[in-house]
Amino acid sequence: MSIEVESITKRFGDAVALDDVSLEVPTGSLTALLGPSGGGKSTLLRIIAGLDTPDSGIVLIEGEDLTHTPARSRGVGFCFQHYAPFRHLTVRRNVAFGLEIRHRPKAEIKARVDELLELVGLAHLGERYPSQLSGGQRQRMALARALAIEPKVLLLDEPFGALDAQVRTQLRLWLRDLHATLPVTTVLVTHDQEEAMEVADRLAIINHGHLEQVGAPADMYDHPANEFVLTFLGSATRLGGEWVRPHDLVVHPVSEGKPSATAVEGTVARVTHLGFEVKVEVDLVGEESCWVQLSRGSAAELGLQAGQRVWVARSDASDAPNHRHPILSA
Amino acid sequence: MRSSRWRLPLRSAVLVYLGLLVILPVGTVFYRAFQHGLGAAWDALTTPDALHAIWLTFIVAIIAVPLNTIFGVGVSLILARHRFPGAWLLDALVDVPLAISPVIIGLGLILVYGHTGWFGNWLAAHGITVIFSVPGIVMASAAVSLPYVVRSVLPVLLEIGTEQEQAARTLGARPFTVFRRITLPSIRRGLAYGVTLTTARVLGEFGAVAIVSGAVAGRTETLTLFISDSFNSLQPESGYVGAVALCLAALIVLTLLTVTDRNRDAWHGKAVA
Repeated sequence: MSIEVESITKRFGDAVALDDVSLEVPTGSLTALLGPSGGGKSTLLRIIAGLDTPDSGIVLIEGEDLTHTPARSRGVGFCFQHYAPFRHLTVRRNVAFGLEIRHRPKAEIKARVDELLELVGLAHLGERYPSQLSGGQRQRMALARALAIEPKVLLLDEPFGALDAQVRTQLRLWLRDLHATLPVTTVLVTHDQEEAMEVADRLAIINHGHLEQVGAPADMYDHPANEFVLTFLGSATRLGGEWVRPHDLVVHPVSEGKPSATAVEGTVARVTHLGFEVKVEVDLVGEESCWVQLSRGSAAELGLQAGQRVWVARSDASDAPNHRHPILSA
Repeated sequence: MRSSRWRLPLRSAVLVYLGLLVILPVGTVFYRAFQHGLGAAWDALTTPDALHAIWLTFIVAIIAVPLNTIFGVGVSLILARHRFPGAWLLDALVDVPLAISPVIIGLGLILVYGHTGWFGNWLAAHGITVIFSVPGIVMASAAVSLPYVVRSVLPVLLEIGTEQEQAARTLGARPFTVFRRITLPSIRRGLAYGVTLTTARVLGEFGAVAIVSGAVAGRTETLTLFISDSFNSLQPESGYVGAVALCLAALIVLTLLTVTDRNRDAWHGKAVA
């Protein structure tokens, strides 16, 4: 295990930021701490880095207990949400900082900085000051600066949070590629489930200071440990008193007769076209309304309109026994 | 056009105001100083008492300004980076010298460090003279100029936040390295401004120094006291020349700070080339 936290508890006054959280991050993985804002993810990241101290619990990096080791001696690369660039230093000297204070030979520093700037695509901007960079460039500079000290682990706090949507998507892919070429154990904090699933190979979901579930994104999507994970990771709706993914539901015209034992009758309340996907809201008979996610083609085939009477049923695949599990069919 | 109609009267009013309060009086002092030619001015400036006053002012500034710079940066760091009970009190105390008259500060120093003061006996027993002597003048000058560095640096520290310092820590920097390489460069403009204000105040302080120094010509007279004394003792020429010397000193300080600041910027540009 590259990073292990055991029974970490942290309070800020009366507020409990983390309540007995234990987590293992395997060597070389890219793990996302995912959860709603204010849930304690950033606090956990800062505790791993040594920027905050836990009230109880321990932090191990490569098996070594670093709970009481100052941040400067932990060998951790940390990227802040707003990048924390050293505003009075150029890009080059920002990246060189960790090496300069270690008094490495000048030639070595230059070579290493050149290599890192090349890696993050800022080789041509070395003489600029951070104020002359775009958000995405600052982010990459901060990454290069953190990587310069050859950290044992890389910690990224909401790395794409302050960027606009297009740059964010590009940087996600770029980060995944970077991690593939330079497999440093990485933990990133995000509140965006799509981002977490796209970038990370492991997710740890944290809510209200509790670790809800840890695992591979696809596993967790299919086998959420509880209702919170189910509703937070992708969309969910209820049919016949059970949680179900909206894309696992199908709609049949009422004239075709009840398609399956678990089907429920209802009235189409609204049809919303979202590009390829069509969202159909249905007021069910005898229970709360649900919504169904259809492809554009199947929606057109059915010719759905508000006011129409329909059956809502689980699709055959989702009704198969191996697809039913405690939470999704509770 | 309303704005253009008011522009001329407004400018004139500002100029007249400045002229009556600053330009005319200071200009007249300069004129009087050189009224009898450069030679006479030089002679008035090089009398033993004048030279001593310049020397003493220099000594006081060279001690009081660094003291307040260190103290001011320290207090700013404490107030900006730590939460503790009584922080508001420390914050308020720093402003006391701004709020009360320097005369009161001088008086207080005499009451505490004078012959009959709290520490009077102890100081006398150890052969230390504070009041009517250089230490007292330094203390008075430091006291009245104490708030300026704090008030110029603290807002900058609060504005830059702590993230850069935290980043430096994660990169392996010790506390002093963080201060020297991150904090200090970040606050240097605010600090330069604070040091300039402090120096100007120390050079120009009159009230507090007048009380604690006893104003003995050739011994405990700073330039401001020398100017006042010359004027009162009907040797106004020395006073005028002293005033010009004081103005020049302030000008030199300002220039030095501007130049060093520009040099530092250039250094940043060069270091990466």
